[in-house]
Amino acid sequence: MRLHEYQAKRLFAKAGIPTPESAVARTVDEAVELADEIGYPVAIKAQVHVGGRGKAGGIELVDDAAEAREAAESILGMDLKGYRVEEVLVEEAVEFTDELYVGVTMDRNAGRPVAMVSTRGGVNIEEVAAEEPEAIAREHVDPAFGMFDFQARKAVSDAGIDREVASDVASVLTTLYDLWEEHDGADAEINPLMVADQAVVAADAVFNVDGDALFRQPDLAELEDETAGDELEAKANEYGFDYVRLEGNVGIIGNGAGLVMTTLDLVDHYGGEPANFLDVGGGAKADRIANALDMVFSDENVDAVVFNIFGGITRGDEVARGINQALGQFETIPKPVIVRLAGTNAEEGMEILDTSLVQVEETLEAAVQAAVAAAEEVTA
Amino acid sequence: MSVLVDADTRVVVQGITGGEGRFHTEQMLDYGTNVVAGAVPGKGGQEVDGVPVYDTVSRAVREEDADASVVFVPPAFAGDALFEALDAGVDLVVAITEGIPTQDMSRVYRRLGETDTYLIGPNCPGIITPGEAKLGILPGNIFSPGNVGLISRSGTLTYQIVDNLTKRGIGQSTAVGIGGDPIIGTDFIAALELFEADPATDAIVMCGEIGGEDEEEAAAYIGEQMETPVAGFIAGRTAPPGKRMGHAGAIVSGSGTGTAQSKIDALEAAGVPVGDTPEEVADSVESLL
Repeated sequence: MRLHEYQAKRLFAKAGIPTPESAVARTVDEAVELADEIGYPVAIKAQVHVGGRGKAGGIELVDDAAEAREAAESILGMDLKGYRVEEVLVEEAVEFTDELYVGVTMDRNAGRPVAMVSTRGGVNIEEVAAEEPEAIAREHVDPAFGMFDFQARKAVSDAGIDREVASDVASVLTTLYDLWEEHDGADAEINPLMVADQAVVAADAVFNVDGDALFRQPDLAELEDETAGDELEAKANEYGFDYVRLEGNVGIIGNGAGLVMTTLDLVDHYGGEPANFLDVGGGAKADRIANALDMVFSDENVDAVVFNIFGGITRGDEVARGINQALGQFETIPKPVIVRLAGTNAEEGMEILDTSLVQVEETLEAAVQAAVAAAEEVTA
Repeated sequence: MSVLVDADTRVVVQGITGGEGRFHTEQMLDYGTNVVAGAVPGKGGQEVDGVPVYDTVSRAVREEDADASVVFVPPAFAGDALFEALDAGVDLVVAITEGIPTQDMSRVYRRLGETDTYLIGPNCPGIITPGEAKLGILPGNIFSPGNVGLISRSGTLTYQIVDNLTKRGIGQSTAVGIGGDPIIGTDFIAALELFEADPATDAIVMCGEIGGEDEEEAAAYIGEQMETPVAGFIAGRTAPPGKRMGHAGAIVSGSGTGTAQSKIDALEAAGVPVGDTPEEVADSVESLL
């Protein structure tokens, strides 16, 4: 789960990390008033869960009230990569001499946390990470002890941070690590950490919380903004499905992440284009199956649906009932549905399935090929 | 012979009195698994399906000589349950639980390194030696005894591949679902080492998916150190970067690591045929045997 920039900044500031003076506005008047109070120049920044806000026109630097009004008018309510901007952060513009990077994340290969520091902060840090990994100093942390002070000093020294700010950067890194640990962070980042007048200030803030740990982070759980960029993804959140919308026209429903991914790959392999990833999860009952069909039917790009269930804890008879129930509500089936059931109670399921409503195939390969062909027929 | 579990494995089920624990204990017993105890705090003295329940894992180990644990404990308490299993000194822990906080797993993983215990999972379907024992939630009826080892990050994909093998009369020595989380106990390399050392395994199928670099590291290991032939499959070729495909670990990062293509390339460079479909994987296995 992602925090908004202003939420992450509050968390960081409370822990003692220097941040620029700022406040959140929901209306244009509010934004101008706050800008006047803070004093120009100020930055007006869209608060949405989208990367690359600056390049997309979601951040503007303004020098007076008229410019502030103009910027707030253009940003508030704008559509930023599918997300509507409801809030802006109005923030003191910081003059800087250098842009640094500090971050903490879990290194999954090492199975332990890693703290990172670089002198190459700014918009291109991902490129730096990919092309010059040695430009980012990395320090693995023993989760049983937490980060030692010397490790922060070592990372800062290895990164080649100027002596004037070295102890400040080390202290920011230590605080960031402690926040990450205390609040079940997935990723915590300050990019850039600006250097000005021999001091540092966090000009941006990222804090992603481990979604599986939200049960013990009630204060952060409350901040969750479930606004999804896509209507169908929002609907999937509501139904509790793992769902990702893609661009093709073959709808896919299955159980288990690996098998659903494989079904997508097979659609591609047989010349079709997958419209989505939808995992109904383990042990799905009839109503959940009906909800899944509803989801995929409501995607207007979908021309045919392949339903692939391999029952372990999910029972084929339950799935078949769900499919019959969902399709029984229609006078004519909106889109052709191809079903393949295997595993637990698959035979019972096949008998229950109403073959006047669906096409049944015995193998995964045959089911995918049939769905690709059916989708092609619709487009032709 | 087999890997990690057989008919003699003595199993304690942590969380045996919960819905899932109870249901799958019954299924494991039906399959022939030697479930000797359950462990649930505060439930000592009860019985589930004739299996005695103890308050602690160490007591279950002491009283019933359990040497393996299966964990069905809810995510908020699972980290503690795993520490308890490691403390009790069992040889094998199978963690079925999905959704354990990553930082908890990081600490468990760190503790695991100080023990000789094998941890399978978490967020996995478990491990099965067909005809002998299953520890976890795998549907026993689709497996058949044989000489092919199987290692997979995904549950239902394992079933799919096994089905393709079984339908051709190719049985399995042991199948291990290693789990779909970012931090897991036994990774591909550790599982491959076990199968390499198992005289009953003549070929291995390794099913990977997008995310992380485990498959690439395993490919290097196969190329340098293994005699047993391996066939591969990688799920997630069509996954877009930055989107989590169900499993917490199944994500192609923004910087382009963890892609299906890099895993396929690494495996093929190590001489591992990678099928485009589960049927093609079965074809490869047939020709390797």
